Amino acid sequence: MSLLRRAPALTLLVMLGPVLAGLAGTLLPAFGIMPALGRVEPGLMPFSELAAWPGLPRAVALSLGTGLGSTLLALALTMLICAGWQGTRAFRWLERALSPLLSVPHAAAAFGLAFLIAPSGWVARALAQLLGWERPPDLLILQDPWGLSLIAGLVVKELPFLLLMTLAALPALRPGQSLATARSLGYGRSAGWLKTVFPRLYPQIRLPVYAVLAFSMSVVDVALILGPNTPPTLAVQVLRWMNDPDLALRLRAAAGALLQLVLTLGALGLWRLGEIAVARIGRAWIEAGGRARHDAPLRALSFGAGALSALAIILGLAALGVWSVAGFWGFPALLPDAFTAKSWMKQGPQLLSPAADTALIALVATGVALALVLACLEAEHRFGLRPSARALWLLYLPLIVPQIAFLPGLQILALVGGVDGTITAVIAAHVIFVLPYVFLSLADPYRGWDRRNAIVGHALGASPARVFWRLRLPMLLRPVLTAVAVGCAVSVGQFLPTLLLGGGRVQTLTTEAVALASGGARRVIGVTALAQTAAAFLPFALALLIPALVWRNRKGLKHG
Amino acid sequence: MADGLRLETLEIRLGGRCMVALDAHVAPGEVLTVMGPSGSGKSTLLAAITGALDPAFALSGRILLDGEDVTALPTERRRIGILFQDELLFPHLSVGGNLAFGLTPSLRGRAARRKRIDSALQEIGLEGFAARDPATLSGGQKARVALMRTLLAEPRALLLDEPFSRLDAARRGQIRELVFARAKAQRLPVLLVTHDREDACAAGGAVIELGA
Repeated sequence: MSLLRRAPALTLLVMLGPVLAGLAGTLLPAFGIMPALGRVEPGLMPFSELAAWPGLPRAVALSLGTGLGSTLLALALTMLICAGWQGTRAFRWLERALSPLLSVPHAAAAFGLAFLIAPSGWVARALAQLLGWERPPDLLILQDPWGLSLIAGLVVKELPFLLLMTLAALPALRPGQSLATARSLGYGRSAGWLKTVFPRLYPQIRLPVYAVLAFSMSVVDVALILGPNTPPTLAVQVLRWMNDPDLALRLRAAAGALLQLVLTLGALGLWRLGEIAVARIGRAWIEAGGRARHDAPLRALSFGAGALSALAIILGLAALGVWSVAGFWGFPALLPDAFTAKSWMKQGPQLLSPAADTALIALVATGVALALVLACLEAEHRFGLRPSARALWLLYLPLIVPQIAFLPGLQILALVGGVDGTITAVIAAHVIFVLPYVFLSLADPYRGWDRRNAIVGHALGASPARVFWRLRLPMLLRPVLTAVAVGCAVSVGQFLPTLLLGGGRVQTLTTEAVALASGGARRVIGVTALAQTAAAFLPFALALLIPALVWRNRKGLKHG
Repeated sequence: MADGLRLETLEIRLGGRCMVALDAHVAPGEVLTVMGPSGSGKSTLLAAITGALDPAFALSGRILLDGEDVTALPTERRRIGILFQDELLFPHLSVGGNLAFGLTPSLRGRAARRKRIDSALQEIGLEGFAARDPATLSGGQKARVALMRTLLAEPRALLLDEPFSRLDAARRGQIRELVFARAKAQRLPVLLVTHDREDACAAGGAVIELGA
């Protein structure tokens, strides 16, 4: 009982303790202190070294530009899709097409996109058929110096996330009523939605938007695959310094990590100012009363962009699949001359051990997270705790503090503690990121469970524990398994925590896949990225299948 | 006079404002009806008696069951049965499983418990329904299973939270009669909360009106 009461505090410790410890572990070396290297005198040397790196201004501009650009684009598209199409059949179709894409790991989606838009990718091959090209166009499309392909990769991945967060927040706002009222006053569909629903919706999705912004600015795996190289984004450069055999570069890496944190905070501040400006302009726009009835072109544009975004991931996965079984595949041909299982036969056995580690890490990390989340929610239920708005901020903290800002510090601490390179350290690091998603996924269904079931159970003499195990958990089997699937997908997709805490000694499908980014062996990439995607998909399939089987004779739980 | 359900100067407050104040006694086999419009604190009163009152409320006074003060006991140790407007049959358990969840653990042995459940189903005219999915039952059948589940736990009092208002007119009288007859036969004190005059008349006991 008292253990349950302490569950929320324990959960915060497990989740935020490493973040704070990692930030401290970054702060010290950034100011020149690293006893392991015999540096004990504080100083600004790491910062002056960082400033002397000639690529710095461009790396900083890339981080800011790709982060702000992709977040703005993804958010605008999500809102325009909802504004133009919510409540229509086309919207449900788009929703169904985009939702499962959330579970596709970032790295796999990025590789898939790369296979589509590369000079010898499917898009160029299709154009070649029409225009009669014999050779791939001589253009630097992938890893372009402006970071445009990186922005594209981030937008197609963040769009499903923002859409899902929006769909979760919408029903409570009764958008149908607002829209009907606005339209009866003569407003066009999009304008009516933007003027009556959006202002109430945005505060509900603010935290996810901040998470997307912070993530996009500091992402490493997608930037390694799609981002520019000389110089890369700041986060990628920090990782290069971290991985350099010259340990002295760790100090510069720590300084860079700290700069990344400051950049992220600055961008969030800038975004907040933007919010205030948009609110002011928006209010004037609303009060001006324009009906904006001719929104057909805008609606077509938003739908086209949404469909394109879904297609980019789906066709990207298809491209990975075709390459993984391709024999010889010359340029303008749309399909390979021959299909062969050779790549799978050759790579498959080598992927078994990383696949096993991927599964082990995902299951243990998700299990720990699930136990903590259930304990928190059950404590909330039994002791009548009311989670505050601040608690939600704390939950989002690990998603908003850039990974590259605190994981290097955590790695140094793990090194000092002698646990670096162990699978336990990797699992502990995964829990930090799995936990918020498991909580977000499970909290609403858990809180939405009819409390009268518990009262009836207790009135029949059942103890709180019996009500939890015999009534609540079985009735919530479906959302619990969905939360497990979400947790596993998050864990499978983690790159930086695995790489840094695993010290290169713990290999998962994701580290294996991202390591191929610089090589360009397409068949191997196809096999590895598909295996990674399958690892993220499988739990979702099971989360659908298991309740359907277990409760096959229980009509009351069909749509639970 | 020590028998039955006694509410001694019961008062429920929310933020200093008095929601419900009640002093009442329900003898075994009798029914006390509490009426009042929605928002008058009927459900809050029932929550207080079952021990499921939201911590935001402050409760004073005592709740006595057969002379025992249960005010501080958790719901599961009070042995007060409750029937809601919805039957709240657990959707993941079969009809028999629902009854088994209620059946007192003092009856031991798989075979003996099974036998008791079969005979309980027979008593409410649902012989052979043990393996059925509760979602496939009619409204009247569900109501009977919910009643039997409550009785099998051997409660010392029965609370009814508008349990008949979901049923159609034909089933309504039938179920109402069944509930009151069983409660009388087992000498249970019954507290009925309703906004329906007809329910109150059928109950035949004292009526208390709560203000809005």
